[in-house]
Amino acid sequence: MIFSEKHELIRKLARDFAETEFTTEIMDELDRTGEFNWEMHRKMGKVGFLGCKIPKEYGGQGSDYMSYVIMIEEFARISPVFSIYANTSNSLGGGPLMLAGTEEQLQKYLVPTAKGEKIIAFALTEPGAGSDAGGTTTTAVADGDYFVLNGRKTFISGAPMADYCIVFAKTDLTAKGSKGISSFIVDMKLPGVSLGKDEMKMGILGYPTCDVILEDVRVHKSDLLGELNKGFAQAMKTLDGGRLGVSAQSIGIGQACLDEAIKYAKERKQFGRRIADFQGISFMIADMATELAAAKELVYNAAALKDKGAKEAAVACSIAKYYASEMCNRLAYKAVQIHGGYGYIKDYRVERLYRDARIMTIYEGTSQVQQMVIAADLLK
Amino acid sequence: MRIIVCAKQVPDTNEVRIDPVKGTLIRDGVPSILNPDDANALEAALTVKDANPGSTVSVISMGPPQAAYMLRECLAMGADDVYLLSSRAFGGADTCATSTTIAAGIRKLGKFDIIFAGRQAIDGDTAQVGPQIAQRLGIPVVTYVMKVRELKEGSVIVERQLEDGFEVIEVSTPCMLTAVKELNTPRYMTISGIEDAYKKTITVWNENDVALRPESCGLKASPTQVFRSFTPPPKGKGEMLSGSVPEMAAQLVQKLTEKHAL
Repeated sequence: MIFSEKHELIRKLARDFAETEFTTEIMDELDRTGEFNWEMHRKMGKVGFLGCKIPKEYGGQGSDYMSYVIMIEEFARISPVFSIYANTSNSLGGGPLMLAGTEEQLQKYLVPTAKGEKIIAFALTEPGAGSDAGGTTTTAVADGDYFVLNGRKTFISGAPMADYCIVFAKTDLTAKGSKGISSFIVDMKLPGVSLGKDEMKMGILGYPTCDVILEDVRVHKSDLLGELNKGFAQAMKTLDGGRLGVSAQSIGIGQACLDEAIKYAKERKQFGRRIADFQGISFMIADMATELAAAKELVYNAAALKDKGAKEAAVACSIAKYYASEMCNRLAYKAVQIHGGYGYIKDYRVERLYRDARIMTIYEGTSQVQQMVIAADLLK
Repeated sequence: MRIIVCAKQVPDTNEVRIDPVKGTLIRDGVPSILNPDDANALEAALTVKDANPGSTVSVISMGPPQAAYMLRECLAMGADDVYLLSSRAFGGADTCATSTTIAAGIRKLGKFDIIFAGRQAIDGDTAQVGPQIAQRLGIPVVTYVMKVRELKEGSVIVERQLEDGFEVIEVSTPCMLTAVKELNTPRYMTISGIEDAYKKTITVWNENDVALRPESCGLKASPTQVFRSFTPPPKGKGEMLSGSVPEMAAQLVQKLTEKHAL
């Protein structure tokens, strides 16, 4: 992909920011405590990262999918978890609003999100409804000007910090599967909203995740997002964009793995030579670089299609997410392998990259869900 | 207020290697950046603008057409408008010809209150262009500005860095101030700033636009002749301290303080 000068400048900005602000001390603390770093969130807001692809009239920066992908990639190259900080508002948080929000909802919820003043989480997954989002059992029953929500949402990234949550719930209890689902903007301070304990995750520590429990939560009908009973389609569209974000994280992690592997292979000496001089190592590095280059093209291509509003963008996002996320896990495996015993020790960066990479093939649709999406598009 | 910033696009010397045979810089594949001291100059200008609504910041540079990229960066940081002096006639300029050209550009820009420039560029390291521009424009100059204390009606009070301290100077405006890195921390560009930067135009001027004759600029107007470039031999061994550990520690602290390392 040959980038425009504008996108090169976006990359420069994101890279400068990540290399300067994401210090080893801060990243170690995130990994150790798992706590959200509010100061970094504010700093990102100031530069405009949180509103990257949100239109200017809604408090954002008015940039495009390509800028967003470049930003996420550069952040993930230094810190996969900090890339999520800049991702949520542009993707799963702000995305449903941009898709279906009324002018009033956009002003009320999107504007402060774009500026980093508020955080919105996305609550689709349930204990019994993961890949099969149609199995949603959370309900929303109309009662005068309100909907009464009951249910439990699980693995909700950012829920502990969130001011609002986009909740998907069954509004037509007679409809089967993915039909009859609607989405709501739920204020986390409403009576009846509570949180589960923070999950103890394998990686991406520093962006807390927990359950959201809804018990007779009365949500005003003005906070119904989009059309009644059309929520599932909205969720799927949001996830297209979200998949692009995960694919961008994956190429950032892949680049970090490659960089670390090259550095170490040149430093480490065994049998009187650099280990880079052994074909067993150097061919691994050649494979890593090749797979990474291929993944990057898929990701940038999907971003370009999204920016064009092309019909094939949705499946391109799935293809990019599927390949890039699997790629970064292969690269993380090899980077650790090249480091040998040191790669298993927390003092070395690849140990964390290996743990952070693992979620990429899982969240926002597992690799198997991507295969289903890709195949369904081809075989319809 | 109107503030002008002089900026230069330079090779990133952190990335420059020296050809071991020829002793010259290898510039191939080296990224070009906004000169670091000039980023401090721009930040100083933007700080003044932030504190004085209605102020404008114009950035001017001399260089090849590629320098436009650096000027977009200045726009993305918050500059209002940018000007590039670019022409074959300007090529091969030493500091004398460069300052003639930039001064001519600034004259064309018209009235201003303060010009901020970087103390020096990391490629040439001369620190001459800022003061020379001031001389050509007939305005006072303060170099090594490490702090802007106060903006007053018709003057500005600054701190000027010395080797072992600083002096406080009040200088009447319009004036030229050259910035050192201690002056501030340059801000980041913003995403929307980058978006907007590509919607603005970069004004490009040649010698005719700034009313200079070809023989008054570039190589023809450069009295400096480079006699020889070479890589100096590495420094000898450092200074050795002696005494007990606490004594040596005290001496070390004193030396580092003298050198502003602490």
